[in-house]
Amino acid sequence: MYDSGKVIIGLAVFACIFLFPFLYNRGTAAPQPKPSLDTPAIKALSEKKCVENTRFMITTHMQFLNDWRDQALREGNRWYVNSEGKKVWISLQNTCIKCHSNKKEFCDKCHNYAGVEPYCWDCHYDPNGSKL
Amino acid sequence: MSMDRRKFLKAAGLTTLVGLGGKGVFELLRPGAVEAEMAHESHGHDKHHEQEAGPKVRWAMLIDVMALNKEKIEKIVHTCHYLHNVPNWGDPKNEIKWIWEDEYEHVFPDSYNEYNHILEGLPFLLLCNHCDNPPCVRVCPVQATFKRPDGLVAQDYHRCIGCRFCMAACPYGSRSFNWLDPRVQLKKEMAHGRKLNKQFPTRMRGVVEKCNFCVERLAEGKQPGCVEAVPDVMFFGNLADPNSNVRKILKERISLRRKLELGTKPSVFYLI
Amino acid sequence: MIEKALKGSSVYWGWIIFLLCLIGAGMMAYLYQLKVGLGITGMSRDISWGVYIAQFTYFVGVAAGGVMVVIPKYLHHYTKYGKIVVFGEFLAIAAVVMCLLFIVVDIGQPMRMLNVVLHPTPHSMLFYDMIVLNGYLLLNIICGYNTLLADKKGVPCPGWVKPFIYISIPWAISIHTVTAFLYAGLPGRHFWLTAIMAPRFLASAFAAGPALLIMILLFVRKVTKFDPGDEALQTIAKTVCYAMIANLFFMGCEFFTAFYSQIPGHMHTLEYLFAGLDGYGNLVPFMRAAIVIGLFGVFLLLVPRIRRNPKGLALACASVFLATWIDKGVGLVIGGFIPNPFETITEYHPTLPEITIAAAIWGVGGLIVTILYKVAISVREEQARV
Repeated sequence: MYDSGKVIIGLAVFACIFLFPFLYNRGTAAPQPKPSLDTPAIKALSEKKCVENTRFMITTHMQFLNDWRDQALREGNRWYVNSEGKKVWISLQNTCIKCHSNKKEFCDKCHNYAGVEPYCWDCHYDPNGSKL
Repeated sequence: MSMDRRKFLKAAGLTTLVGLGGKGVFELLRPGAVEAEMAHESHGHDKHHEQEAGPKVRWAMLIDVMALNKEKIEKIVHTCHYLHNVPNWGDPKNEIKWIWEDEYEHVFPDSYNEYNHILEGLPFLLLCNHCDNPPCVRVCPVQATFKRPDGLVAQDYHRCIGCRFCMAACPYGSRSFNWLDPRVQLKKEMAHGRKLNKQFPTRMRGVVEKCNFCVERLAEGKQPGCVEAVPDVMFFGNLADPNSNVRKILKERISLRRKLELGTKPSVFYLI
Repeated sequence: MIEKALKGSSVYWGWIIFLLCLIGAGMMAYLYQLKVGLGITGMSRDISWGVYIAQFTYFVGVAAGGVMVVIPKYLHHYTKYGKIVVFGEFLAIAAVVMCLLFIVVDIGQPMRMLNVVLHPTPHSMLFYDMIVLNGYLLLNIICGYNTLLADKKGVPCPGWVKPFIYISIPWAISIHTVTAFLYAGLPGRHFWLTAIMAPRFLASAFAAGPALLIMILLFVRKVTKFDPGDEALQTIAKTVCYAMIANLFFMGCEFFTAFYSQIPGHMHTLEYLFAGLDGYGNLVPFMRAAIVIGLFGVFLLLVPRIRRNPKGLALACASVFLATWIDKGVGLVIGGFIPNPFETITEYHPTLPEITIAAAIWGVGGLIVTILYKVAISVREEQARV
């Protein structure tokens, strides 16, 4: 191999840079977040149930919200019929957030943990209203 | 003849789509799409056929120019821009507007009559025409602006990439682009007492917006905000229904539509 | 092959560093634009496309112009172009990359750009533009790289490349046709609504692209040992001349239709661009200069003695390039928005960050041309030594 010395040094430097974030953050993994669901609106509910079951909402809410958005905005269909046959008004602002009014607890905790930053709040309102 | 044409259009639609695949096929072959196309084709030749095959709803707006005055215009513009949280930038470079006032010669620049000045100086309200044949929808590369079955030309702010092709295509100057973050300006205005409508979102910078015919209110069975603000000046109804309020008024009053020669078929009528 | 771009004189490296600085400045300006929004540009509600889209349009032309050396070489076996056809293809690569970058910096939500692929829209011309521009980039990379590689090895170009070369010819026409269709199908924009938009675009492209190619090749001949050949340069010059005459003729046709018909909407933009309208006339000196400079360039090319003189040829090509740039890279896009749909006038003044970003994209183009040409010239010099 030509220039084997230079190549090996180069590889070593690359490996160091590449592994740096992993080594630096070793042992400091953040604990899994436990978002709180408590809001006055939810406490007042007799049966604590979202539009679909909790498992489904946790795993599928992103696609679910995308689908709601397209239904309301593009198809002009504002009613969602859930698996129990109950009709729900499709609206992030006026349905979801009416119960889940604690964005910091309910949305941000997991999103921060997972490192995702959905752009919902660029247009829709943070229900706490502190920030426009 | 009509059966042949229909068959032909369907066949033509299919053959065009074969090569394209994916979502395009699904979206373009929605039931009724071909029939709606037929209604355009036969327009003016076969009235009976149009009513049979055309859409059941086509929303239209009538504006009684003779009943407008400064006070009412202010009320209309304020109502609309409050309901939809339209910021008031106060400079023509960044401005966003959904409904606004202009003079006859700017609204109908090709119809200037130098020997008759009756229409000059009258207040005309400008908004999206929700064209039946909208050029903005034709040019949008991502279907962020699209025509709904009820004739509304809607804008999907989640999908818009901000290329502004629709602004170049709209012959009515109805579209505004968020050159800057609208919330920055809204915040400033709120410091001076502006109220937000928390039922309706704001927009983000980098997307195009325009009048939506209050689609969010129509969904709840309400009239558009402007019509509710001045019910004696603006009228909203179903153009496809021959017995609707708007069709009755259009039968009796003289009405104008902007730039008809472009074939866009606007849904906003000015009553004289 | 690319390693050849890593060996060069201090002037070569100085030029590269200069370009990188330019690109760096543009990137800073772009970060600022990303943060604040397109409000940092001079664009407005009335002039909703500016420098970016105007430059995009112009460089689609430069990219398409490369085909003017490909056609004689591959369809007519004009062997004098054998050594330079790769330079046409490499110029096209740089130009297409610039086009794509100009689109990226122009859109308000660049992170959603892939929506164009995610929601394919066959009734939008921009959809086709995306396909043809990316396709053309790919074709030129395939053709340019493989023909040069074959030359380096001293073997004939592999057979599988040939079909791509033949496809690239109509493809080049298509990129500028589709770009013209972006404008020529919009109701209510009288200045753009013209059936000769695509032919005119092609004519100016076939003048501007080869003119730039000649200028670069004259420079290359001066500073390297590679000689593209006098006859080749002279033949391209004739192409430039004919294409520029066609371009000026088409422009004349636009004037005729507008002013003989006397339809106000058709006259207004031309009046604004060339004489001023309602007291507005920012672009008048530039547009008038474009006509004069364009005619001057044609004159220089028409006189054989001037054309055969390298300095005369360089001046002629610079004139053609500048004239078409003002006409298409400034006036055409801005002019289309004036007057606006209300027959009132808003003028356009590009801002410093906007110009910095545009200059940086020129810098990217320059960098790509420099690197690719360095590689190609090194190969040619080796060939000459053998």
